[in-house]
Parts: sequence; C-alpha cells; structure tokens
Amino acid sequence: MVVCGKAAGVVLAHWKACALGLLVPVVGGLATFGAARHGPAVSTTREHAVIRVEGSDTMVNLAQAWAEIYNAEHRQVSVQVLGGGSGVGIASLIDGNCDLANSSRRINDDEAARVQAARGVRPVELVVGYDALAVFVHPSNPIETLTLDQLAAIYDWDGRLTQWSQLDNGHWRDGQDAIIRIGRQAGCGTYAYFRETVLGRGHDFKLGSVDQSGSKAVVTLVSRTPNAIGYSGMGYATSEVKTVRVVASSGTPRATPTSMRAGPTPTSTGAGVTPTSTRGGDDSHPITRPLLIYTAGEPVGPLRDFVEWIVSADGQAVVRELGYVPRGEHE
Amino acid sequence: MNDSPASADRWARGPRRRQSRISGVLLVEPLIEWTIALCGWSAILLVAAIFFFVFREAAPVLFGGLDLREFFTSPNWIPDSDVRPQYGILALLIGTISVTGLAMLMAVPLGLGAAVYLSEFCDSRVRETLKVVIELLAAIPSIVWGFIGYMMIGPVLIHLTGAAVGVNLLNGGIILALMSVPVIVSVGEDALKAVPDSYREAALALGASRWETVYRVLFPAAKNGLLAAVLLGVGRAIGETMAVLMATGHAVQIPTSLLDPIRTLTATVAAELGDVVAGGTHYRVLFVIGLVLFAISFAVNITADLAVKGVGGDRNG
Repeated sequence: MVVCGKAAGVVLAHWKACALGLLVPVVGGLATFGAARHGPAVSTTREHAVIRVEGSDTMVNLAQAWAEIYNAEHRQVSVQVLGGGSGVGIASLIDGNCDLANSSRRINDDEAARVQAARGVRPVELVVGYDALAVFVHPSNPIETLTLDQLAAIYDWDGRLTQWSQLDNGHWRDGQDAIIRIGRQAGCGTYAYFRETVLGRGHDFKLGSVDQSGSKAVVTLVSRTPNAIGYSGMGYATSEVKTVRVVASSGTPRATPTSMRAGPTPTSTGAGVTPTSTRGGDDSHPITRPLLIYTAGEPVGPLRDFVEWIVSADGQAVVRELGYVPRGEHE
Repeated sequence: MNDSPASADRWARGPRRRQSRISGVLLVEPLIEWTIALCGWSAILLVAAIFFFVFREAAPVLFGGLDLREFFTSPNWIPDSDVRPQYGILALLIGTISVTGLAMLMAVPLGLGAAVYLSEFCDSRVRETLKVVIELLAAIPSIVWGFIGYMMIGPVLIHLTGAAVGVNLLNGGIILALMSVPVIVSVGEDALKAVPDSYREAALALGASRWETVYRVLFPAAKNGLLAAVLLGVGRAIGETMAVLMATGHAVQIPTSLLDPIRTLTATVAAELGDVVAGGTHYRVLFVIGLVLFAISFAVNITADLAVKGVGGDRNG
C-alpha cells in the first residue's frame, strides 16, 4: 500500500502533494507506528544494487533522466526515482526509505538532527546544479519587466501592489485589474526559496494567494487567468505563458544569493535577463537556487559511484539538457 | 407427517452420516459466526484506531503550545512563517462551510427533484437507464472532477462572469454539488420508494393530483429519509479533498463574493502534509485539523442517523 501511494506520487508528480496528502494521514500514520521498515542503506545482492532516490518535485524529471541513462550504462545497478517533494525526500532519508534525497531547499537543523538521531550519521549535502525561478504572467498582460521590489510589493504581507494598473495603465479596465497572485503550498522548496529571495528573510507572503500543489499547475493556471502572476522553476515555462524579465531595483540583475556554496556568478550587467536564456550557459538570472542531494553519511559503494557520476561531465550534461544550470567549476 | 417406508428406511440408515454432519456443523457454524462478528467489529476497531492515530499525532500541541482561541478565531494561516507562525483556521473553516453550503443550495433541489422523478414520474425503462447513469456519476474519481473544475469550468466562469480567477468558491460549489447529487438521488429515491403504495392510492382516491401527492403525502411521509439523503450529501461535500483542492483556488481568505478563491480544511491537510517536518508543530496542527474534520463528520453522520430513526417519533422514513 505504501508502495502504491508513492508510485501514484510519481505518476502524478505535479499533483504530488495532493496524491500523497491523501495517503499520508492513514498510511504514514500507520507506517511510523510500525517502525520496522528500515532497510540497509543500499540493498546489494552479489550482482545487483538498488539505489532509491526520492524527493523534490522540481528535480524529479532530472532524477528520472539521470536514472535512465545510468541504468542503461550500469546494468548491475538499478536507480529508482520517486517524487513527493523536498520534505518527503528528507523524511524518507530519516526513515531509511531512500538512499538519496533530492531537495530544492537546504535541509533544516531539525531535519539534520533527526537524520543524525535515526541513522547515526549526519546528512551529507551536494550541490548538483542550479535552478532559476521564473515569473510568469498571462500572454495578454503587457508587463515585460518587473523589479524585485515590485515582485515583493505584490507578494509581501505588507505589499501595496494589488492592481495591475498601479504598474501599467492603459491596458486594464477599471475594476478588472486585480492582481491574482498564484503561489505554491506552504513548506515546499519553491515557496521557501521565493520567500527568502524575493521577500527577504523575516517576511511572510500576503494571504489570499491561489496556492497550487505543483509547478506545472502554476503555469497552467497562469495560462488560463488573464490577471494572474505566478512563479516556478524555469524548466516549467511554456509558450502559453509570458516569462517576465526580473531585474534588481537599480536596473542591474541582483547577484546570486550569498548563501550559495558554489554558484555561477552573474556575468550580465544589462537590464533583466529572461531565464530561458540560461540554457546556453548564461546564468545571470537574479533568482537562482541550488539543487541539492542528501545522503545519510558519506556515500559508499554503488551509491558513491552514482553520486560521482552525477557531478561528472556526463551527469552535468543531463542537467544542462533539462534546462537547468550545471554546478560551477569551483566546488 | 406420514413417514413413508422409504423415508423411514433412510432414517434408519442415516445416523452415522448425520452424526458426522452435525459435529461438522457444530464446528463450522460458530467459526462462521465468529468470522462474521469479527468483520462487524473490525469496522468499529478501525474507526477507533484511526481516531487514536490522528489524536496521538495531534495531542502534543493540543495540550500544550496551541492557542485554541487563536486556532478557531484567527483568519491567519501562516504555518511556516520565519517571523511568527500562526495557526488560525477561521478562514479555512469558513471556506469549508461556504463551499459546502453553496453546493447544497444547488444539489438539494436537483437531487430531490431527480429522486422524485425517478420514484414517481418516469416509467421503469427510463428509470433503469437513469439510475445506471447516476451511479456512473458517483463513480467518477474526485481528481477527474477537480480537473473538470480546473480546466473547463474555470475558464468558462472567467468568460461568463468576468471573475478575475476561475478557480473559486462558485467553481468548487458547482463541482461539489455535482458530486453530492448521486448520493442524494439514490438515498432519496429509496426513501420515497419506502412509502407504502396505499398512501399513494389513498391520495389519488381523494382526488389529489400527482404533484399534490408528492408534495402533501410523500414528502411528509418520507421526510426522515429525505433529510438523511441531504445530510449524507453534506457529509460527502465536507469530506471531499482532491476536487476542492483543485477547483476552489486554495487561497487563505474569508470570501466576500461567490467569485473569491477560498481554501478548505481538507485541502489544506492534503496540500501541506507532504512537505512538513514529521513531528513538528505544523505537522501536528494539521492533525488537529484532522480532529476538527472528524468532529464535523461525526456530527453530520449522527444527525443523519437520528433523522433516519426519526427523532420526532415518525416511523415512516
């Protein structure tokens, strides 16, 4: 039953929180009660090893691509990938139900302590690439560029921007220009990262935003709502929405956050940069976050081989291919 | 009465076989009875166990840390704030109540009307077809309903009403109404069918038209069953998660119009439980919401039960 629930989570990766949410109250509750589900870190028989990867919704496509290529090249290893969300992956790492947790946010102190308590080793973090957050509006919206301050004024608790006409007169009819904020559910990596980067530490989102359970859902809803604005990983951009250029308030792109361990440095000094151009190696978008993997303790055996392959040129080529930014040269 | 020689002969040859059969029955019969009893009790056991698990997860914050006054009276649901997490479910509670209420405004007339038509007005061939279709309606998974609300009703609402966003209270209400109609129709039809035909014949004999019969005779006679049908529909609507998560917009705010996006208690639990730190305060508060939902559905079900039994002493229903 647990397996079924998780499989559903993968199939419905975009609605993952919903699918899991339905099962977690019952299944998860029962599962944590009967605690005897701990398996070996990597289950290895003589000729076959299984590596269980679980976590971030943003990274699930990336992890699937890694798994497919790696499985094809290494017949003796089978990499299995599940979605579910960053928090779900880390929870699985704590419970010993996965070997590698994908996360689009940093593990918090509480979770790290729980890994230490449950597994006897500290979690080990590795940056495997970078994702830029893109801001979307409906194609009919005349807005081309937004500053980070304007974005904050739209989404922040105390934000004053509630009507599109405050930004751009002319296009909007009176009373029909309310800004519809589309966001993500509390606790997911994208939500936390947008809050930290755009609103700043110590700020909260204004309530009343239309919160979606997946990046794809955000894009879909923006494409169907003329007044909407939404954000998600740039990999989810489609031709049905307009990707807004985001610039720092002074007109130059904001540097990537200093909390990043190793990151691409902004090279452009021009106005805003539309994040779709990142594919070509231009990594100057102001809202960029690291994509992380966590293992319980230093990886060993087949798991170490897999992790090393991910950060190798082959693994990083996949990162680039899926529209993300490969990790920097200096790690 | 009069045993023929042949049967007497059979009796005479019977004892050993009968003996063994009886001892077999003696063994098997209690076994079956126990199995059946176990099945019956397991339902109660399961409900108790689920309640226990939900309660166990919720207890640490319920008895320490959670400000219950803020919980029920604050509209601020900011569970993972860096500044100060606030766990106010007022907006969510109003969201649940408003979308359920709106759904019932649409579903009750529609459902009861359909029940009356099926039970009293249509011929048996039409009835059988309609019942199959209605049962099919009940079998549509809730995610499909959610998808219909999200992808189809949403854009239509924007087009027709000029709403700023298509996933809102009205959208959720329409979806929930469509989902509860089958429950109301099938239970309501059963209630009407349970009214003895002598009532109808008496009404017709007194010169009542068919509508007068329905309105003056069948409704009063079946009122407990009809009330139960409505309450089961309410229960269906309150507990629904997936469809409302997609169709209502999932926005924490107290609605001021039919076209405002809202958020329900169930959808909040579904959306956030996957991302919370297991064992943390946010996680436990989600289980407290589970307890609130438990209490609500318990109240609805008990009311439905009492309605069926007939609190007012009316035996027909």
